[in-house]
This record gives sequence, C-alpha cells and structure tokens, in this order.
Amino acid sequence: MSDESVISLRGVRAELGSRPVLRGIDLTVRRGEVVALLGANGSGKSTAVRTVIGQVPVTDGEIELFGTPRRRFRDWARLGYVPQRTTAAGGVPATVNEVVSSGRLSRARFGVLRKADHEAVRRALDLVGMADRAKDSVNALSGGQHQRVLIARALAAVPELLIMDEPMAGVDLASQDVLADTLREQVAAGTTVLLVLHELGPLEPLIDRAVVLRDGCVLHDGPPPKAVGQHALPGHDHVHPHAPADAEPVRTGLLS
Amino acid sequence: MEILNYAFMQRALLAAVLVGITAPAIGIYLVQRRQALMGDGIGHVAMTGVGLGFLLSWSPVWMATLVSVLGAVLMELIRWYGKTRGDIALAMLFYGGMAGGVMFINLAPGGSNANLTSYLFGSLSTVSESDVTAICLLAAFVVLVTLGLRRQLFAVSQDEEFARVTGLPVRVLNLLTAVTAAVTVTVAMRVVGLLLVSALMVVPVAAAQQLSRSFAATFAISVAIGVSVTLGGTVTSYYQDVPPGATIVLLTIGAFVVLSLLATPLARRRARALAAAEHAADPAECKIPATREARDEVGV
Repeated sequence: MSDESVISLRGVRAELGSRPVLRGIDLTVRRGEVVALLGANGSGKSTAVRTVIGQVPVTDGEIELFGTPRRRFRDWARLGYVPQRTTAAGGVPATVNEVVSSGRLSRARFGVLRKADHEAVRRALDLVGMADRAKDSVNALSGGQHQRVLIARALAAVPELLIMDEPMAGVDLASQDVLADTLREQVAAGTTVLLVLHELGPLEPLIDRAVVLRDGCVLHDGPPPKAVGQHALPGHDHVHPHAPADAEPVRTGLLS
Repeated sequence: MEILNYAFMQRALLAAVLVGITAPAIGIYLVQRRQALMGDGIGHVAMTGVGLGFLLSWSPVWMATLVSVLGAVLMELIRWYGKTRGDIALAMLFYGGMAGGVMFINLAPGGSNANLTSYLFGSLSTVSESDVTAICLLAAFVVLVTLGLRRQLFAVSQDEEFARVTGLPVRVLNLLTAVTAAVTVTVAMRVVGLLLVSALMVVPVAAAQQLSRSFAATFAISVAIGVSVTLGGTVTSYYQDVPPGATIVLLTIGAFVVLSLLATPLARRRARALAAAEHAADPAECKIPATREARDEVGV
C-alpha cells in the first residue's frame, strides 16, 4: 500500500431533488486499499459512490480520481464499476459474452474489439466462473450469476480501481463465495477497491478500512467495526416478528 | 416476373427492401432502451414537415427529414432536462406536430388532407425517382450508424450509467440514436406511412426475440423478417390490389404470432433442459450434516 490516493473526496456535498444527501464528506482511498462504505438505507453511501463516477452532481467540495480532478478525468479504463444490480434487463435478449464485452469498450478504439480484447473478456468470465455460460442469455441467469456477469464486465478492462455498489445484495451463498474469491484475487494483484456494503458479511476479512455514513456525514473512518450499534451488544439476537412465538431466535453468528 | 417490368414497381420494391432493413435495425435499439413508441412520436412530428414541404413547394421527404430530426433532438433534450413533466411535454410535441401538419397542408395552394393521406398510410406506387434517391441516401446513413456503432449503441442502450463510466460519449450516442430513428421514419414514410412506421421498427424485433438468445441473432433475424414482410407485402398489394402499408404491417404481426406459437414449446424445452442440467447434482432428499459449517450462520 502506498500513500498515493486513488479516490479523494474533500467536503463533498450533494443534493437529490433539493434534499441534502451528502453534507460534507471526506474520504480517501489509497492505492491497494480495500475500503468499505457502510451505513443504513438513506445514509448517502450509494450517492457518495455515484458522485465519484460522475452520476450525481456535486454542489460543493472536490473530487479527485488518480490525482486528477474528476471533471477532467478521462482515463476511464483504469476504473471498473459494478452498479447495484437491478432486476430490469434490457428489452432485447443479450448473451453473457455480449454484456461482458461492453465492459471492454473503454480499452477499444472506435468500438472495434481485437483478439486481445476477446481474450480479456474470456479471462474476466473465467475469473467469476461463468466461462461455460458465455453463450447463454443473461435473462436466464439467477441473481447471483447475474451479479457475477456484472463483475466480469467491470473486470474486462483490467481496471486498477474497482467500485462496487452492494455486490452481495440478493446473491446466493455459492455465488457469494465465488465473489469473495474473485475479489481476493483482485486485491492480491494490487487492485484498489471501494465497496458499498449493507453489512460486512463474507467480505469482512478482505476489508482494510471501513467508513460509516449516517445522514450524509462520516461517522467512523478506521478499522472495520465488528458489528454496528445494537447488533454488537452482548446477547443480541435477531428475532423476527413474523416467526412463530415459540421459535428459536435466529443465531446471527456475530457472537459465536 | 412481369412485376419487375414496370419502373414504378422496381422503385417500390427497392424502397420496400430498404425500409425492411433500416426500420428493425434502429428499432432494436429503441426496444432495448424501452422506447418502443418513440418511432410513433417522431412519425407524428414528421407530419409538420410534410405539410411545410407542400406549403413551401419543397420536397416533402427532405422537409419531413429536417423537421423530424429537430423533433427527435427536442425529445432527447426533454428526456435529459424535463424529468418530472417529461411525458406531458412529449405529448404536446406529438400532437402539436400532427396538428401543424394538417394546418400547413390546408394552407398550401391546392393542398387538402387527401395529399396527407399518402404520407400517413404510405403510397408505394407513387414513389418517384427523386424519392428513391433520397431514400437510398438516408438508408445508407441508417445502416452505417446501426452497424458501425453497434457495440457503442448496445452498451448505451443496455446500461446507460455503466456506458458513461466506460467513457463512452453517452449524450452524443443518445442524440445519434434519436436522429437515426427520425431519418428511418422518413425513409419508411412513403412505404408504410407515418402512422404505421413504428410497427415496422418494433414488431420484427419482438418476433425475432421469440427465437433468439443473443443481441446479434435478434438483429439479424429481425432484419430478415423486415425484408421478408416488406417484399411480401409489396408483391401482395400488386396482385391483390390492397394497400401495401397495411398489408406489410399485418404480415409483420402475423410473423410475430406464428413465431410465438412455434417458439413457446421450444423455450419450454430449453428451460427444462437447463434446469435439469443445473440441478443434476442436487440430491432430491434432505441430508442433515453432522456438524455445523460456516455457511449455516444466518446473517440477518
């Protein structure tokens, strides 16, 4: 890990429909670091990431990517983005290979994919264990497989920085393991990672630093918290109101 | 083939083939971005162009191209900026375009709504030499854009946000899509008419989807369907004396119905085979492991 900052936010403010969502965020991600952005729904963690990639306009503050002000940043092939998975697919069928190939366009001149580009797509599919599904329609995939395709699409350009928005949401256990393995390999190869997460989950051992947001402000910036708030209290168990009254409370595994 | 002996039929068949290629070729991107009815809106706006062409005694085809391109650019701008009232603004643009067409054509010397009818529902047999030249030039533009920029247009239509992060000029590509759709509308105007243009952009794509799993195959099949129905409709209208535009659209819908009926059992079998392959290793019975594993931990 070096001191070179890959992402830098200073005093960033943003509004969505005149409602302040970010109220002055400072966030630095250095080369080789794995940073998790945590917080409850509505805390601004997704918005913060979306300001970095220029999807949400900033009302105040400065953002730099690889030391360049974001407005002047053009070197998009260095950045791989995995959006929050939505169930909405395009209106026309597309194969896994076609979707992943579009991630390679940042490295292709005039949209022409050469042999090396097709090999990179193939490698990205191998990394997420989806090479055997390359010719299948993305509509036929499960949620977890779809997420793996979106990650392969980001990896196709061989980025130095990966930005992922809730990569584990709605992903089955088998795919979660594949995703954690893929990410571990990327980190070992020196990729910088910024993750938006709802909970640390199976990625916990990979994470160097956690930034916790609440109401658009940074609440915590440091080593990953073992568990946040009430969940950390001794003897805390999740009890579901819709479960039968005499059922055993679900053990969260946080304390075991 | 006596049909080929007449110059007006040669022109009609050439125009029909070009429409059969171009309409699905741009339509697939509109369907992909879930703007299937955009072609219909542009068709309404193009009426003002036709009316202006008559009023100013200019070529209605070129005037319609100009006005519908401006209309398409305006629609794209409304999509960027007018998030909340966007649909109302579009409605005003569409109906304003239609009303403008009727108004201008009635103001034109000797003009009446009868002139408009041939543009609303197509009039293949009156396609002139200069019309054919215009249609060829415009169709070449559409083919160049939809094939040459297929990877970029695919990426933008599939996931606009991701495309922007890949560094693609998303706004330029969106504008280009809108302009190309507008050009296609005027290419197809003489063949199927402004009110039926959208059908030829959307229905062949929907029909092709019944058979295909990939974007590339959907593209190829929908163009094949497009060319078959425009040629079939033109020939039918010659022998049976029925309106070509309506014949073409009804044939396209017929193709969709037939392919859907053929494809349903096919898709069902394919899904069953896929599911069987995926779950082949899964035991049907419950097996309770003796020890607890890491994945038995339930995070809530």
